[in-house]
Amino acid sequence: MKNPLDSLWGTIISGLIITLILHNIVRFYLGG
Amino acid sequence: MDWVPAISRWIHLLAGVMWIGLLYYFNFVNVAAAKAAAADGTAAGISKHVMPRALLYFRWAAVVTWLAGASLLGRHFFDAFFFLNKGYYAIGIGAWLGTIMLFNVWVLIWPNQKKILGIVQATDDEKNKARRVGFIASRTNTMLSLPMLYFMAAGAHSALFFG
Repeated sequence: MKNPLDSLWGTIISGLIITLILHNIVRFYLGG
Repeated sequence: MDWVPAISRWIHLLAGVMWIGLLYYFNFVNVAAAKAAAADGTAAGISKHVMPRALLYFRWAAVVTWLAGASLLGRHFFDAFFFLNKGYYAIGIGAWLGTIMLFNVWVLIWPNQKKILGIVQATDDEKNKARRVGFIASRTNTMLSLPMLYFMAAGAHSALFFG
């Protein structure tokens, strides 16, 4: 499998996915 | 006016713009530019005159950003880093991401760039390995900058982001 970090779009999309996951984790622990 | 947090916040933003601005320059501009320059035999200009200067400001801006951020957290430093207080959860995530990125700059990017640019001696094999490790570390920081900046913004506006 190709490393997503080899392309700029792969890097950006990976960053957006991590943002979404972390957002939901923080929201869960804040009880939102 | 509380001068220490106010000045810390200002310096944090100034140094952070320089750090992440140069990170984006490396990833969005320089990777493609260096490849094109290597193809037409003009890469020396970039590696000799641009990269050492850009990396100087890049790595020290990262340190100043982190220190100003730590100063800004002040007595809440441990609340943020160890998630001891709900009000500091968001900035805690941002602080950890920024810390991982600082680690990448000083432990993975800069030592490998020194080999690539010939600042320290390295064989061709070592240079090729350094190129790959430095590239992936730089791309990792670009990827992490998205959630890092999201949580920096959210830290000061929690209700807006998580309400």
